[in-house]
Amino acid sequence: MAEPFSQVVASMPRGRFLALLALFLGPAVAVYTLFSIYPLIATMGLSTYTTDSSGAYQFHGLSNFVTLLGDPDWSGHFWNAAKNNLIFFIVHMLVQNPIGIALAGLLSLPGLKLKGLYRTLIFLPTMLSVVIVGFSWNLILSPLWGVAEGALKAVGLGSLFAPWLGLPSTALVTLALISVWQFVGIPLMLIYAALLNIPEELVDAARVDGLGHFRIFLHIKLPLVLPTIGLISVLTFVGNFNAFDLIYSVKGALAGPNFASDILGTYFYRTFFGFQLQLGNPTMGAAVATVMFFIILAGVCLYLFIVQRRLRRYAF
Amino acid sequence: MFKQRAQILGVHAILIAYCALAIGPILLVVMNSFKARKAIFGAPLAPPNTDTFSLVGYAKVFSASHVGTYFMNSLIVTLVSMGLVLLFGAMAAWALTEYRFRGSTALALFLSIGIMVPIRLGSVAIVTMMRKAGLNDTLTALILVYIAQGLPLSIFILSEFVQQIPKDLRDAARCDGVPETRIFFEVIAPLLRPAIATVAVFTIVPIWNDLWFPLILTSSDSTHTITLGVQQFLGQYITDWNSVLAALSMAILPVVAIYVIFSRQLISGLTAGAVK
Repeated sequence: MAEPFSQVVASMPRGRFLALLALFLGPAVAVYTLFSIYPLIATMGLSTYTTDSSGAYQFHGLSNFVTLLGDPDWSGHFWNAAKNNLIFFIVHMLVQNPIGIALAGLLSLPGLKLKGLYRTLIFLPTMLSVVIVGFSWNLILSPLWGVAEGALKAVGLGSLFAPWLGLPSTALVTLALISVWQFVGIPLMLIYAALLNIPEELVDAARVDGLGHFRIFLHIKLPLVLPTIGLISVLTFVGNFNAFDLIYSVKGALAGPNFASDILGTYFYRTFFGFQLQLGNPTMGAAVATVMFFIILAGVCLYLFIVQRRLRRYAF
Repeated sequence: MFKQRAQILGVHAILIAYCALAIGPILLVVMNSFKARKAIFGAPLAPPNTDTFSLVGYAKVFSASHVGTYFMNSLIVTLVSMGLVLLFGAMAAWALTEYRFRGSTALALFLSIGIMVPIRLGSVAIVTMMRKAGLNDTLTALILVYIAQGLPLSIFILSEFVQQIPKDLRDAARCDGVPETRIFFEVIAPLLRPAIATVAVFTIVPIWNDLWFPLILTSSDSTHTITLGVQQFLGQYITDWNSVLAALSMAILPVVAIYVIFSRQLISGLTAGAVK
């Protein structure tokens, strides 16, 4: 904003102006710095230390990272978790976001009745706790209860049923799909809001030219909401590489069967707090968190520097 | 004309099918929580009737866990965090958009780091810090972390709202010699009321539903939140289907009730916040 701000404030004595800033900004900056930024930096600092036999911290350079990425005792689980996390993310990108975009496209059709009701119902699972969602699906997919099996049988696909959450080959993708089921509301809402912002004239012009709803959506609306699609991609990335609750509530900290559903969040938890026979290791935990931080940072930077630069928002 | 009507029917069919997929599993859990064990397994898809109705699961949850305490803890943590996020966030948003000073852009950027970088990644240091400060296993620790977590996005959203307030309002007050603090609390803050719904969606839901911080920061029953309490109860009673379904329903129903009451404001807040 170029306009000069109020004369009254501008002519205030410097001391009083600073006191005013301290009063308004102080609480937010203090709490945020102390409990968000400082812990992040301190965690990174801690990742360069190790504990000796007496429990005292000793500077250790980057050797925690060498251990984490190279020592077979650590790196096997780490790379497994990283790979699983990538699969978890890819499932979200391939299933959650296209479904969200398609539903938003349908909901934004002009003159559609009941759209408020549909929106409310589709968004409902997003409001629930991941713990609740995880357990509910755990019951539904359980062969003990047989609800999923019964539903498949009813449509003649009973032979397809398997205890998906329990099999190493399907556990991870099943969990990813449960997460998709829960969070499809987020891309839906963001895209829906962006679609509503497209000027009427553009759509009307296309309609006069004889384009149907589907082609208008594909050729006119979709390119205009590309920046929002970029945004949901980066939100999905950050959310997925930071995920923990779902896997922990359904499969526990060991992310079974045989670590098939282990992702970076659960690996971080086990490293930091320990589990069963393995003792907790704060410095190695800090190293895992630091690696996760850089993964997330890389994703966000990619979004900011490439995606955002190419996909200039259409000036409404 | 006919083709168009068929198209609209098709759209409704798809949306109805998706809605069924979205709420079916929730309905199934809630419905079965009111049934006796035999009926849960015998006819899972049937609603409870006079023969099969049973509250045995709920009785078990109340007697075997501290559900009341968990619920109060969640309520305290969520409301206090939200109130302070709103207060501190609005004050900071006001100062950042209204006052020009050297470093204001840098400060705004600094405050927005937390929008993208999850605070969870600092957990190791947070646990150490809370232990040193004697705040381990207290609700205060949770509240402090949640305020820090909620502030960046709320400052971002509230700044958009502050910018929309007409400039004349505060300038008129200033000409009358009203001090800046009173301008904020008496003129600006009431005008920010519509923003509360938006900020609330982004703060209440993640805090209420969070499992991570209660898991790493609280260790006793008296400080567990409902999400952690339910998670531990479920883990313990996993074979007792009545109790598990009842505990799940008790966690689902309040959220659904509040959501249904406020869904219009929540969704309009969400979409308004999203356009920016």
